[in-house]
Amino acid sequence: MSTVATRAAFYTKDLSVYYGEKQAVKKIGMEFPDREVVALIGPSGCGKSTFLRSLNRMNDLIPGARIEGEVWINDQNICDPRTDVVQLRQQIGMVWQRPNPFHKSIYENIAFGARYHGIKDKKALDAIVEQALRKTALWDEVKDRLNQSALALSGGQQQRLCIARSVAVRPSILLMDEPASALDPVSTAKIEELIAELKKEYTIVIVTHNMHQAARVSDRTAFFFLGDLVEYDDTRTIFTNPSRKSTDDYISGRFG
Amino acid sequence: MNLPETRPSADPATPRNAPATAGAPAPKPAGKAAKHRLEEWRGQAFVYLCVLLLVVIIFSIVVFIASRGLTPFVSQGVSVKEMLFGLEWAPEADHPMFGALPFLFGSFSTSLLAAIIAAPLGICAALFMTEMMPKLGKTILQPAIELLAGIPSVVYGFVGLSVIVPFLRHTFPGQGVGIMAGAIVLSVMILPTITTIATDALRSLPAGLKEGSYALGATRWQTIARIILPTTLPALLTGVVLGIARAFGEALAVQMVIGNAPHIPHSLFESATTLTSIITLSMGNTTTGSLHNNALWSLALILLLMTFLFVFIVRMLERRSKHA
Repeated sequence: MSTVATRAAFYTKDLSVYYGEKQAVKKIGMEFPDREVVALIGPSGCGKSTFLRSLNRMNDLIPGARIEGEVWINDQNICDPRTDVVQLRQQIGMVWQRPNPFHKSIYENIAFGARYHGIKDKKALDAIVEQALRKTALWDEVKDRLNQSALALSGGQQQRLCIARSVAVRPSILLMDEPASALDPVSTAKIEELIAELKKEYTIVIVTHNMHQAARVSDRTAFFFLGDLVEYDDTRTIFTNPSRKSTDDYISGRFG
Repeated sequence: MNLPETRPSADPATPRNAPATAGAPAPKPAGKAAKHRLEEWRGQAFVYLCVLLLVVIIFSIVVFIASRGLTPFVSQGVSVKEMLFGLEWAPEADHPMFGALPFLFGSFSTSLLAAIIAAPLGICAALFMTEMMPKLGKTILQPAIELLAGIPSVVYGFVGLSVIVPFLRHTFPGQGVGIMAGAIVLSVMILPTITTIATDALRSLPAGLKEGSYALGATRWQTIARIILPTTLPALLTGVVLGIARAFGEALAVQMVIGNAPHIPHSLFESATTLTSIITLSMGNTTTGSLHNNALWSLALILLLMTFLFVFIVRMLERRSKHA
């Protein structure tokens, strides 16, 4: 549960994901450096979201989905069927395109994960809620109405609440699947600021359709196409001097 | 984009739009336009006529039952208080009495008990079909439960009489017939209602909520208990209330296993009766316009009012689930 100072980076090795017969992700090996933001870009259906979801075994929930290969996090291959996904998902938070707050109060939304993991003490929960909301810059906006329904918040606030909810279970990695694509520009800017702030403590993997966003928030960028990892490099290199033609075509808007 | 000449196309689901020429260029020769207008008018007139007929039928049924059912109170000297709280039902006696409390008690206790038995079964079946094994649930469990809805109530009563009543008679003190037997039979009959509505509610739950819970490291059971069930609670209750309403109105199957003794029983295994049973049993023996006959209409009126109440409760629950 504690945030460890010497977190190892995590990496994948020959990771493939199949939906039935169709191979959606093809033998991908990627390293994710500690406390950096990695952006996954590529046209729709290129496998980037599927890849992201396999990093915390969320594909388990999809009937017919099958993973091959390895994902190593803290000296543990999480693709091993014996992995306790409950513990795994505690280490790896996830945020989706559409904010999905629970139909409960703001406080309960944040306290939820902590309660799952057995924290019952009211003071400890209060502290966790405040800390998570402060980290996501929501505290000042909602501190007077913690008991109101989370559904009354704006879309951008809801999304930050969902990030706060993930942060509250103290993960070391955050996965974000197009976290700002359903939000207005102001809310998007806030999410991006938040990502820059969260980077100090968490390793972040973000899927985005917005190439400007990838350029703004990420340290490294991976370009996916048809299930393959075409190119993975420093974000600056990818956007100024990509080594593959298809990467250049995509980022300059010639397809996708 | 609509051209200025085209009429704004209405919701394609409404029947009046069915024969219209959607998407056709707007300016038409006068003859065709008139033909289209006639088609529109015909479709519209047909739907309005059907709706009108339906409203007239519903309205006349209510008025008829109310006029008959109110007669004993208005002009035949029976008090509402006696009907609702009296314990003695003796309509043909020299000094007739119309206490319907035992029937009310029987109807409420059998339907509520049936709901208490069927609700956990139905909701668990729905969880199984949506959360645990959707494939098996869809191919085997769902058709099996839907089949229950198609079995005639006389068959339920017959099975209850030849299986459940003897079982209860051997296991518990009493004759076997009674509220428990009625409730067991009713619980199987209302299982499809509760299961179907619960399944729909669980299926329409946004997938994001479940994923959000799993992604926080929740187990499936924690997700079901703390996210899925609380979020769908109003809809689940809607199913239960509709089940109670169905049980409340069921006559034949209950009548076959409840024993039909017009008093409030001391145990669940003692003869009792319900509003519906007493109506079906007595109506053949009364003459139209007699006090006895009108008193049966009063019982029917009570059933009708209870149905209104159930519909009202369901409406309230639906509103709540929309605002949740």
